[in-house]
Order: sequence, then structure tokens, then C-alpha cells
Amino acid sequence: MIAALVEDRCTNCNACVRACPGFVFDAGADRPVIARIEACQTCYLCELACEADALWVNPDEASASAPSPAELARSGQLGQIRRDHGWNLPLDAGQLDDYRLLGPLLNEGADIAARRYASRG
Amino acid sequence: MIASTILRADVLVIGGGMAAAWAAIAAAQAGASVVMADKGAVGTSGVTATGGPGHWWVSPDPALRREAIERQEAKALGLGDPEWMARIIDLTWRHLPDIAPFYPFGSDGSGGRYVQGVRGPEYMRALRSLASAAGVTILDHHPAIELLADADGAIVGARGIALDSEDVWDVRAPTTLMATGGCAFRSGLLGSHGNTGDGLLMAAEAGADLSGMEFGPSWSLSPAWSSTRTLPYFAARFFDDAGRELDIPPPKAGHAHLQALGRAMQRGPVLADLSDAPKALPGVLRSIQPLTLAAFERRGIDLWRERFPVRLFGEGTIRGTGGLRVIDDECRTSVPGLFAAGDAATRELVAGASSGGGAVNAAWALSSGRIAGLAAARQAAVSRRPAAITARGLGRVGLRPRRAPQPLELAALAQAVGSAVHGYDQAFQRDKAGLARSAATVDAHWRGLADHARAGGRALVELRAQAAMTATARWSLAAALARGESRGLHVREDAPATDPAKAHRLLVGGLDRVWTRADHPVTQGVAA
Ligand SMILES: Cc1cc2nc3c(=O)[nH]c(=O)nc-3n(C[C@H](O)[C@H](O)[C@H](O)COP(=O)(O)OP(=O)(O)OC[C@H]3O[C@@H](n4cnc5c(N)ncnc54)[C@H](O)[C@@H]3O)c2cc1C
Ligand code: SF4
Ligand code: SF4
Repeated sequence: MIAALVEDRCTNCNACVRACPGFVFDAGADRPVIARIEACQTCYLCELACEADALWVNPDEASASAPSPAELARSGQLGQIRRDHGWNLPLDAGQLDDYRLLGPLLNEGADIAARRYASRG
Repeated sequence: MIASTILRADVLVIGGGMAAAWAAIAAAQAGASVVMADKGAVGTSGVTATGGPGHWWVSPDPALRREAIERQEAKALGLGDPEWMARIIDLTWRHLPDIAPFYPFGSDGSGGRYVQGVRGPEYMRALRSLASAAGVTILDHHPAIELLADADGAIVGARGIALDSEDVWDVRAPTTLMATGGCAFRSGLLGSHGNTGDGLLMAAEAGADLSGMEFGPSWSLSPAWSSTRTLPYFAARFFDDAGRELDIPPPKAGHAHLQALGRAMQRGPVLADLSDAPKALPGVLRSIQPLTLAAFERRGIDLWRERFPVRLFGEGTIRGTGGLRVIDDECRTSVPGLFAAGDAATRELVAGASSGGGAVNAAWALSSGRIAGLAAARQAAVSRRPAAITARGLGRVGLRPRRAPQPLELAALAQAVGSAVHGYDQAFQRDKAGLARSAATVDAHWRGLADHARAGGRALVELRAQAAMTATARWSLAAALARGESRGLHVREDAPATDPAKAHRLLVGGLDRVWTRADHPVTQGVAA
């Protein structure tokens, strides 16, 4: 679930309010408020929308607990998803150059399991 | 509901995933004024956005296409339509590259670009940009609640709720297109929280019928704490919590793989061990699927070395097959003025009795979206009647209860309905008695909703979602009961054989009373 909105990073741009598919945030005077957490689907897409790297989603679909802002900053996880995606890079930056490997790696995994199963004792 | 905003358009598209976007783009490019109303936000809502759909991708070489269609027909087990298959292969090939101005296509490894598989967030961002550029009016956070009909019963738009103000919106259009996706019954499946079958309910209230609802359920494997994409788990070995390796048929075994996992999970925790994963995978998972990795990194788990508990997440009608029946080659439903596309429509035409997940569904969503969008634009251009001023709201459950309104315990209801469809105990042992028991449970919930449920504002949106899941479960169970054989995704423990006499589609519909009926045979039996 959405677990942290790091106040001193937030510019109150409301990008997360607009982007969240579950309409989890309400706009606020200083920053958005997490108003309907029960509608959060742990999709991390608000993190992609936040250019200030102020949001952190707990990967547990049932937990909204978060490390402290200082720990989050140290963890390197703030903004990591946006960087990993190359979300704000130009379209020709090669951010999806490995994407073609998805299908072959999936098939390779399935083959490994099938071979292992066929040769089990 | 009294509307505070009334808009007019040639085409109203309900939904905000890939089918809705492709439909809106096609209609707008054909000159129609288009309003697209989404429960979530176009770009992030729906299972496309968190997925990474590989599309059915066959180059225009006639031999290759013929071969691809033959393979797919074999999987469809008598219920597919080769002409539809040829159409969606062709449309996908021609139109997926349309996103290039807004999508960062990667390399194909040999100097070209890799087109057929696209990453969800970037894909939906590109489709949103393309829709905006085509002049589509996008209403985010504007769930539709009910369809509107004129005196003849033709659909002339829809009403819904604006989530921020909780005001009622009303869009009048001579053609409406339902692209609300499939229904995952709130199983927690990645990206599916808003996929509650709303469009199926709205269309059924207008009299639409459905087809293929028996083909499911299916599940995808993920860490127990949240649903992710499944790429890392294909080579997994499985252990019980005492460290004993479990004998699980491989993913290629399909139902047997899931059934063995489901049965083991009924006995106790199941742990996955990914140490057999393809050697190249750990090095590239981050650049392919950053979100999958985040699910582990943020819990401090090294997924390649440490065992972790796994669970099956139900996929409902998303990787099941059923949805609104389309009655012609332009994706009309059985209700005048109403079209359907994507997972909201049945995918039997192209998937038959199998799952369309893995390539065919995405090609269908793109193609049915474009086909329906163009047809709706064309129909709107010739009708151009001022969309009726007096339109009747067709919504019943949650809006116009049969008896006195009463508060209902929604959380319990959702759970009961979800487990009637996806619960390991029922679903892996589909037989007549179990299905009938599940159907009775779900029927009781339906009666409570239809008799007493009423709400307004955001509470109404949630109430309608619950009602839609309940209705969808009823149709799925009724169809599963009626198909007394096993075929493709529909596996009946009490009727394991495929019956050649049942190579026909099965229609289902109705609200107060659910009915099923055989559709006309699609394959001619060999003359005796
Ligand atoms: C994890 C995963 C991986 C997949 N991978 C593949 C693959 O590799 N290849 C493949 O072919 N298929 C794949 N699929 C299936 C494929 O993603 C779907 O077939 C496709 O996304 C369907 O698009 P859609 O637009 O119909 O539905 P969705 O993308 O689910 O969109 C539904 C939309 O309807 C909106 N909506 C719902 N209710 C309302 C309402 N009341 N009012 C307004 N809007 C509403 C939602 O907000 C959402 O925007 C995958 C599915 C999953 C879950
Ligand atoms: S997107 Fe980030 S910076 Fe903008 S309001 Fe949300 S949390 Fe604050
Ligand atoms: S994780 Fe997804 S659903 Fe949850 S707040 Fe962020 S965008 Fe919204």
C-alpha cells in the first residue's frame, strides 16, 4: 500500500492525485492527503508520476507501514522505480532495449521446469 | 440521479485501458467527437497499465499467418473464428506501431525496434497522449454507473459519478462503447482493483447477453504479500514449510500445475525457490520489470537465493475468456447503440475455449477497440439525431432497490463472492454439486443487493462494483454448471471428457433470473 509521502520533498504538484487509478489521494493545502487507502492496489504508479521522488509504496498489499523519512532517503528507494523505468528520459534513450528478452527468458524458465520435472527420480 | 454536468458527444467510450484508448483514438481520428470516461485515470488504470502485454505478432507472410491461425484454432477447441483471428493479427500488425511518437520502443537486438511487447505504464502513457492528440475528451476518475436508453431501448449515453466532487455526470451520445475490462473479483491480481465487471452489469441491465463465461478460472503465481508479473517464477521449485520439495507439474502443464499448487496451498504454506532461474534473468529483471523487483527489494529479500511464500491470485474473466457477446463483425452487442471491446467482450472469437492471455487478448483489445471505435463513429455520423433529451436510467441494483433500502456488509460480501469463484476448494474441483453450492451462496448475496442496496456518491460507485462482481460470479457459475463437459479452461472433475456434441458457445444473461442457452453451433460436425 501507499505508505509514505515525504513532506519535505513534496512540491504539492498533485500529479499523484491525478494519476492514482484508485483515487486514493485528496488534494490538500500543503500536500496531498492519503484519504482512501483501502482503494490502494499497490501498483507503484504514483511513484512513477512523482518527479520529486516523495512517495514510497510498501510492497505488502496489506501494510501501510514505512521506514522513517531519513531511512527512506538512505535506502535509495525513493525514486528508484522512476529511474529504473527511465520514465523521464527521452524516448530514444534505450530504456527498453532489454524488453525483448522477456519472452525468451520466460520460455527458458518454462523449459527448465519441464526438463527438471521429466527427469525427476 | 440528477446530473450536474451534461456533455454531448458522437461516441461515449466507457473505460480507460488499452481497449478504451484504441477505440477512442480510432473514433476521434475518423472525425467523431469522443468522450472517454474512466473510473481510474487513463494511463494507470486497468490491467494493461501494470502489465506488459505481448501482442499476437505475425508478419504479413500469408504462410506464417495461416500457420498461426491454425495453431490458434486448435487451441480454441471448436469455438474460435479464423476470420476474426486473421483480422486481429492484421490490425495489430498495422496499428501497434502508431504509438511510436510517444513510446520508447527498444531495440530488437538486430538494428530494428522491438514492437510486439510493450511495457504497461509506458504503453498507456503513449495511448493517453495519442488520444489527447486526436482530440478525445478524457474524464479521469469519472466511473460510469448506469446506461441511458431512449424510448425504443437504444442506448443514448451513460451517467456516472465524478469522484472528486461526487457530482453526477451525464454524457449523451448516439453510440456508446463498453470497454471496462474483465472482472478479477478483487483477488488482488496486479492492477485489477477497478476491474469489477461494472460494464457487464450495466450492459446486462440494458438487456445484453454474455458468452464464454464458463471459461475460467485461472490464477497467477506471486509472492504471498502482493501480486506481481510472473516472469521470475517459471523455473521455480516449490517446498512446504518443513523444507520438503513438492511434486508440482511444470507451468507448461497448465491446469495441472495450478491445481497441484492450489492443493498444496490448501495444506499449508508453499515456498518458491528461484535458484534454477535462467542464468541471464537476474541481470536484466530490473530493466525489464522494475516493479517485480521492488516487491522483493523493499522487503530485503534476495529472490534468487532466499525461499519465499507464494500464493495464487485469481484472474477472473481477465485471463478467463467470457464477456459481452458481440453479434456482428463491428463489435455491436445485442443492445442497439451499444458496442463492446477488450476484456469486457467475450474473447471466444479469437481464443475459443482457451485463455487469450499471453498475446491474443492484447491483440483483441487493440483490434476490437479500433473496430468498435470506427463502427461507432460511422453509426453516430449517420444517426446524428440529437441524443434523446428524455433518457431513462437503466441501473437497478444500488440505485432502484426492489424493497426498502438497508445497509449491507460489503466487505463480507466481496469475500464470499470472490471465494465462490476463486477459492481453491471450489475452483480446482469444479463439479455439479460444488458449483451449485457456490451459485446458491452468490444468489443469496445478489438477492440482498437487489432488494435493499442503495447509496449515492462514492459509496454508490463501490456498491455498484460489488453488485457487478456478484452478477459476474452468478453468470460464471451458471455457465460452468450448464457446460457439463471439460473444454479448454473449463475443467469439470465430474465430466472430464470433451463432448463433440458441445462444440458450441454458451450464452448467459439475466439479473433477477439467470438463464443459459446454447449459441448456434460454430463448427459443423462431420456429416454422419
Ligand atoms: C498481469 C497480466 C499480464 C498480462 N499479460 C498479457 C500479455 O502478455 N499478452 C496479452 O495478450 N494479454 C495479457 N494480459 C491481458 C491483457 O492485459 C488484457 O487483455 C488487456 O489489458 C485488456 O484491456 P482492456 O482495456 O479491455 O481492460 P483494462 O486494461 O483492464 O481496462 C479496464 C478499464 O475499465 C475501467 N473501468 C472499469 N469500470 C469502469 C466504470 N464503471 N466506468 C468507467 N471505467 C471503468 C478501468 O478503470 C480501466 O481503465 C495480461 C493481464 C494481466 C493481468
Ligand atoms: S506527485 Fe509527489 S510532489 Fe507531487 S503532490 Fe504528489 S507527492 Fe507531492
Ligand atoms: S500504489 Fe497505486 S493505487 Fe496505491 S496510491 Fe499509488 S497509484 Fe494509487
